[in-house]
Amino acid sequence: MSKTIQKPGDTIFRGLAQTAAVVILVTLAAVTIFLTARGIPGITASPDEVKHGTSFLNFVIPLIFGTLWAAALALVIATPIAVGVALFISHYAPRSFAGPIGYIIDLLAAVPSVVFGAWGMMTLAPALQAPFVWLEENLGFLPFFAGPASSTGRTMLTAALVLAIMVLPIMTALCREVFLQTPRLNEEAALALGATRWEMVRLSVFPHARSGIVSSAMLALGRALGETMAVAMVLSASGVISLNLISSTNPSTIAANIALSFNEASGLTVNALIATGLVLFVITFAVNFLARLLVTGPTKAKGVNS
Amino acid sequence: MTLMLERPDAKAPQPANLGGFKQRKPLPQGLVTIVWSLAGLALITGFVSDVGGARGFGLAWLIALSIPLLSWLVEGRRKATDRFVTLLVLTAFSVAIIPLISILATVITKGVPVLSAEFFTSSMRNVVGEGGGIQHAITGTLIITGYATLISVPIGLFAAIYLIEYSNDGPTARGLRFLTDVMTGIPSIVAGLFAYALFVLFFGEGVRMGIGGSVALSVLMIPVVIRSSEEMLKLVPHELREASWALGVSRWRTIVKVVLPTALAGIVTGVTLAIARVIGETAPLLIIAGMTDSVNTNALEGRMATLPVFTYSAMMNPGVPAEPSIDRAWGAALTLLIIVMLLNLLARTISFLFSPAKQR
Repeated sequence: MSKTIQKPGDTIFRGLAQTAAVVILVTLAAVTIFLTARGIPGITASPDEVKHGTSFLNFVIPLIFGTLWAAALALVIATPIAVGVALFISHYAPRSFAGPIGYIIDLLAAVPSVVFGAWGMMTLAPALQAPFVWLEENLGFLPFFAGPASSTGRTMLTAALVLAIMVLPIMTALCREVFLQTPRLNEEAALALGATRWEMVRLSVFPHARSGIVSSAMLALGRALGETMAVAMVLSASGVISLNLISSTNPSTIAANIALSFNEASGLTVNALIATGLVLFVITFAVNFLARLLVTGPTKAKGVNS
Repeated sequence: MTLMLERPDAKAPQPANLGGFKQRKPLPQGLVTIVWSLAGLALITGFVSDVGGARGFGLAWLIALSIPLLSWLVEGRRKATDRFVTLLVLTAFSVAIIPLISILATVITKGVPVLSAEFFTSSMRNVVGEGGGIQHAITGTLIITGYATLISVPIGLFAAIYLIEYSNDGPTARGLRFLTDVMTGIPSIVAGLFAYALFVLFFGEGVRMGIGGSVALSVLMIPVVIRSSEEMLKLVPHELREASWALGVSRWRTIVKVVLPTALAGIVTGVTLAIARVIGETAPLLIIAGMTDSVNTNALEGRMATLPVFTYSAMMNPGVPAEPSIDRAWGAALTLLIIVMLLNLLARTISFLFSPAKQR
């Protein structure tokens, strides 16, 4: 073992670096501990001590439903579009065109969530009002479009659309990376056998990218679950459990509910809100954990020398 | 890439008619071009005239759909499917672009008329109805984000140095990377609740202060700084470190004098992008920094307005009359958007100017 020169400066610097690493650990532990400590009184509070006037379980279950429902809808809308855009950038657009397009999609990621919220509330919601009426009249037999259609357009579907737009950039970026890592030889082999471009994508790109698409969807799900402002501003919520996408009574989400009621809350209601925050933390943690497990890193090319 | 761009069958020599297979003629390229241009024309007409964007889009899509249909008749099922998927991919792309254009158009058309010298130099103190501005919000945003940067950059940078220079990629490093990933996934509102729960311990119920906002933003910013700095430190060639050690330079001096300067441009880019990410955060500041109408430059005392929270509250609780407040909200949203875009542009410029010539 070779002995490197040790000076006091070295010890200090190493100490600083280690401290910084420990700070990360402490912060994460602190987030969990503080949320739990401040949340438990809210969980055990009796119904007449809190503003929402129900037991914690009855309070949080509609919120959990709303959170998962909105995020799942957003994902259903965003996934095909993200895969399409990523394919466009990686395999369809001319090279000189692909770079700028990627940059434009990244621009979407830079827009602050409050701007998405303002746009969703003032521009998208009014524009969707008429389509919602149409949906109620023509597809009203489905529970999702049972109506009565909201007169403001600020419905679950609108919120899910805004969420979908917000998670689109991260999904697109990740899918694009995975698609670009397809071994060239596999693609060229497919083309050489006479495959059309779509057959090449289906036979060589998609099998290679499947786990990448799934993990990007999971990461996007984590984002959508925790997104606050867009939902708080777009959705007119009333704390029910409903599959109806276009009516004016919608389930709220955990994050939006905290943002909307935190400043008027006091006493044990604050603790209850913090406890819902803890629930959200646990859900997003689980989703992100699963996503990270699925990310196996860049798969080694299986081709001969690609 | 070139191989994929050209349709492989376009230039391939046509083989003789083998074993009774029906030889298919490709769709004339001129016809395809004409149909695509017609669809594009319909799309543009929809957005420019009063036909409406949605109808124009639908019309364009129907026109474009004729290509795979024609192709089915002339070229057969496989080519038709291929052309249909191309259409779908293009559709996905335009569907993704439309919201971006709409957001930018909305914010710019509604925000620009509001911007004026008065808007930037006055606060909302004692303002009812028209007038007033966002000076207090801009000040608050700069102070809170500034402190957040002061907290996050040293911690993030040193943690990245630990990961790359000291940890030897052992289990500690893997654990730390995992925790960083977990931290990236913390919802912003949870970071705000954490800051609140922390500050309540010291200052009692209902605490609101600017520095709390900085702590909440730091929780969101630190993992981003670690990740980007780590990537940049990884790129520093190991030979540089070895050369420095061989000259008898101690380890920490090597890091400070050789490694960090080499990676500096990348680190600054990463930090700028991290700032751009947290400067637009609303939820944590809504909870811990609150909202006020006056300029507050003391982060340790009292509520502090910020641009995102100002936008939110001016839009959600406009008061009577509502119009002036909503106008101001759009002005603040535009200002915020401009700041974020400038930060992104700055980051790209730095990384472009200092990148090795090869990568330009």
